[in-house]
Amino acid sequence: MTAIQFETPTSVDDAVAALAKANGNGRVLAGGTDLLVQMRAGMVRPGLVVDVKGISEMVSIEKTGDGFVVGASVSGAELGEHDELKAAWPGVVEAMELVGSTQIQGRASLGGNLCNGSPAADSVPAMIAAGGVCLIAGPNGRREAPVEDIVTGPGKTSLANGEIVVAFRFPNRPAHSGDAYLRFIPRTEMDIAVVGAGVSLTLDDGGTCTDARVSLGAVAPTPLLVADGAKALIGSKIDDGALEKLAAAASAACNPIDDKRGTIEYRTQVAGVLARRAAQIAADRARSN
Amino acid sequence: MARHHVSTTVNGEPVDFLCETQQTLLDVLRDELRLTGSKEGCSSGDCGACSVTIDGRLVCSCLVLGVEAEGHEIETIEGMAEGEALHPLQQKFLEEAALQCGFCTPGFLVAGKALLDRNLNPTETEVRYWLAGNLCRCTGYDKIVRAVMDTAAEMRGA
Repeated sequence: MTAIQFETPTSVDDAVAALAKANGNGRVLAGGTDLLVQMRAGMVRPGLVVDVKGISEMVSIEKTGDGFVVGASVSGAELGEHDELKAAWPGVVEAMELVGSTQIQGRASLGGNLCNGSPAADSVPAMIAAGGVCLIAGPNGRREAPVEDIVTGPGKTSLANGEIVVAFRFPNRPAHSGDAYLRFIPRTEMDIAVVGAGVSLTLDDGGTCTDARVSLGAVAPTPLLVADGAKALIGSKIDDGALEKLAAAASAACNPIDDKRGTIEYRTQVAGVLARRAAQIAADRARSN
Repeated sequence: MARHHVSTTVNGEPVDFLCETQQTLLDVLRDELRLTGSKEGCSSGDCGACSVTIDGRLVCSCLVLGVEAEGHEIETIEGMAEGEALHPLQQKFLEEAALQCGFCTPGFLVAGKALLDRNLNPTETEVRYWLAGNLCRCTGYDKIVRAVMDTAAEMRGA
């Protein structure tokens, strides 16, 4: 077996160049909480590992005129310690903080959680609901893509060979906006989502919903953007009738598997309940700012 | 390819070692540096027996590559006592018998100390969530949680 090469570029261009040389046999190392497990299990055998944590734009959180730009390799612990980001996007931060233990939080990142391609990744529905945009770099230069366009199936992404998710942009939001993410697991900590639901919404001064995005995890081969869920909320005061329609839309969007964590029927039911509860939390947050 | 030459700091001491890319920090600590206090339980980041801190941040050393230690400060269970003087948390684990077989104990101590370094007044819920990534299969959690709570109280002079 040939030795695995290891590189620590300090710029995105150098990281892209290193991956290009590896001809598809390179892997990006951010927190390593998925990659190292997969390498140890023999699921992946990279010829090159590129540690991107020496690249400043991938490990920093910037507040810009357009909103927040969050480096794809920033750890969950660092997200949770960033008061400004937490105030603006509590749903995104709380979703990432649900991933794993304190030890995992010290390493795991939004970029890794997305690019691992799990349908049950907690941060992904929250980022989709938030309208997060991926800033991507690759052999053909830079491009942007909404978070919901990345995962194409379990363990699969739309990223081309050699492309890296460098950072996520979360837009500025109007007053009276809020987001929330809820996950159902059979215990309180250290488990994988049976269902996850992210909701982000904006209310006008009178409390009527003017904008909303709803996303579900672990109920289909990919995280879902549920357009009918948003439609149920927009124009309403997030009253019981609207929440009932949201729950129905969320359940209707489900295409889950049966497994040890939950049956198809159970996941479909719980998706509606969680979407409804997440919308209530998001609305409470929106009313308080 | 030649092995990587890594210069790092372990428990305050400058350390150099050679490793291959796929060797984890846990492999390096145990097999190259002979610091066998950090234990290998699951090798998948689930059990916390290999807990160490890197630049003060609690991690599973089985999910860190040895080469990633370059230029960073690693603290392991071996650095917790100062000479013969046990850290208050180690002392409390002994006094309150917060261990049975002892395999998970280094991880619990490193993780518990990382909590106390940040927060000397944690609630029981905070302690339980903080330690949720450390598994004890002798099921001694209550004594462990109590020892952390009592150490916190002692250290803040309550």
